[in-house]
Amino acid sequence: MNRRDFNKAVVATTAAAGAASAFSPLNVLAQSQKLKVGVLLPRSGFQGLIGQSCQKGADLAPGVIKQLLGVDIELMNADTETNVDTARTRAERLIQEGANVLVGPFDSGAASAIAQVAEQRGVPFVINIAAAPPITEQGYKFVFRNFPTAIDLTRNGLSLIGDLFRATNVAPRTAVFMHVNDTFGQAMFRGISATLPHLTNLPFKIVDTISYDPAAKDLTVEVSKAKAANADFLLLVCRLNDAIILRREMVKQRWFPMGVVSPGSPGMYEEQFSKALGPIANYCISNAPWYNPKTHMTKVVKAAFEKQNPKEKFVFHGTNVVYTYESILIAADAFKRAKSTDPKALADAIRQTNIVDRTVLGGPLKFNAKGQVEGNLSACTQNLNGEPRVILPVEAAEAKAVFPAPDYKKA
Amino acid sequence: MPLDLVINVTIAGVLTGMVYGLMALGLSVIFGVVRVVNFAHGEMMTVAMYAAVAMFSAWGIDPFLAAIPIAAAFFAFGYLMQAGLINPFITRPEHSQFILMVAVATIMVNGMLMAFGPDARNVQISYQLDSWEIGKILLDKPRVYAAAMALATSAALFSFFKFTLTGKAIRACADNHLGARVVGLDVKHLYALTFGLGSACVAVAGCMMILFLDVTPSIGPGYTLLAFIIVIVGGLGSLTGALLGGVLIGLSEALAGLLIQPSAKSMFGFALLILVLLFRPQGLMGKKP
Repeated sequence: MNRRDFNKAVVATTAAAGAASAFSPLNVLAQSQKLKVGVLLPRSGFQGLIGQSCQKGADLAPGVIKQLLGVDIELMNADTETNVDTARTRAERLIQEGANVLVGPFDSGAASAIAQVAEQRGVPFVINIAAAPPITEQGYKFVFRNFPTAIDLTRNGLSLIGDLFRATNVAPRTAVFMHVNDTFGQAMFRGISATLPHLTNLPFKIVDTISYDPAAKDLTVEVSKAKAANADFLLLVCRLNDAIILRREMVKQRWFPMGVVSPGSPGMYEEQFSKALGPIANYCISNAPWYNPKTHMTKVVKAAFEKQNPKEKFVFHGTNVVYTYESILIAADAFKRAKSTDPKALADAIRQTNIVDRTVLGGPLKFNAKGQVEGNLSACTQNLNGEPRVILPVEAAEAKAVFPAPDYKKA
Repeated sequence: MPLDLVINVTIAGVLTGMVYGLMALGLSVIFGVVRVVNFAHGEMMTVAMYAAVAMFSAWGIDPFLAAIPIAAAFFAFGYLMQAGLINPFITRPEHSQFILMVAVATIMVNGMLMAFGPDARNVQISYQLDSWEIGKILLDKPRVYAAAMALATSAALFSFFKFTLTGKAIRACADNHLGARVVGLDVKHLYALTFGLGSACVAVAGCMMILFLDVTPSIGPGYTLLAFIIVIVGGLGSLTGALLGGVLIGLSEALAGLLIQPSAKSMFGFALLILVLLFRPQGLMGKKP
């Protein structure tokens, strides 16, 4: 055999061995030592702060889950840049680079785009935070959501508003409804429009609805219109930056309604909201999916968070952290049961999820036939002394509700 | 619709428009003379906003006072950038100039991300939430101050171009580049001066903007686009046009938000742009080519 023949033989043998190993079931087992989780979050752009907050939940997950389930996780982080197209391309890339499962992306628009990619490529996608109902109404087989839909959010949120009014013996008659006009905001608008007429125990009616761009730099006109509606309180579906601008503008325009109440959106319970606004951030109320401070798992996650982020307060990141953590936990739990990284096996295992020891308020974590979790609950939180405090439900309450807000003047 | 609501929104639109005008003035000055479109304009304003935040955080300097050293620093930066970086591109095709300025903008955005992170920042001055109440009319103090500063800066710039020898020389360069060189003007120096002046304008605009706007590294491109709309509506190269365009855009956004739909208000700036391009392509105050 001369050198050329020898080289040919080596190449042929290597190729055959490679092909054999690629198609061997042993390969799945070999790979199954580690689950590669593609984490898609908006770590820059106008949702950057919340994306980074969610990332803290992802960062602590491998350590906590290793102790809990003995599963090794490799995170593959990608920044969606608060851009739907970027989210789609990053998801494609993560799959090309070998992600076994995708999680994220704290945005309904991005979640819709990633869901299409995941479904086309047959890779499980576990949504941490995104509320637009259509995402789990498409008949997707690889898409799962551990977050309430906008309809559930509004139902929970409006129900808590009723509880708030009863707890404080106040009965506002009118509300002006302001909402962001992105996918999430529109879904919340539809959810509230559909739900509110059926909640006859709520004493108020909406006198005006104003939608606005979440990336708006100036909300003077919007706040002027809302103030002119002369409503008792402001019902607000917001994001973070717009919530800051809006609250500031309310004070500038000397508009002091009974309160600012979110039926289920981020923004007002975030740290940046209190940091940027100081005392005027106080008394704003958010009915949002929240962590249960009393469960063992929450305490474990909180301890891991505080270890990794010694200068940060868990209360400001709690919801983002626990929902992102649970999305990775779902994948890891399925991986452990499936004993494989095969996407179909993983998806089947995720469908059978039944996690009882939770960090999130609500019952056991189970998905329905559409891949939608059921029974996740919201808490009513109010910013008091610069921090969000649970005021309802009573069994989880950390403080007493203050409503109307002390600086209230009849509009 | 209550009259006081319309008046309040109109006033807010005009005041915001004046600051927009100041921002666009820098772009218009640079294009009018150097004939280079500064695609890093919004990013330069963002850097100025961060500079104002930094000076406020470090020494508690009010952005109005900070505007002076920041404008001076931006003048020097603009001068050096034109002299060292842009002058060699003056005679090159426009797409080369475009790519150059986009590269500068990208470096600025990423530099700001590295230096300040993606968090929104602002200055918490004592009068930030104050307003004057005249009957039912509310005048937002920071916005009024910012508009006054915009007017003062514009007036200073107009006076410079109208009454000083250097200003006249710059205008000569803008009117006839070859003629200016024939009579012995140092065109490259004058171009650099102009870029410096445009940069100083945008620095002042940034210092005013931070009074009522939080800054993140990513807001620049939106303002570059807005500045373009304003100068095209007002007339490329026209200083009065830039101010007028700013006020028109601010006003149209405010009134469209009030009368039609707030979430669609930015659309009306573009609608105005299309109308101007259709019926007066040189802009409202621009000269026909």
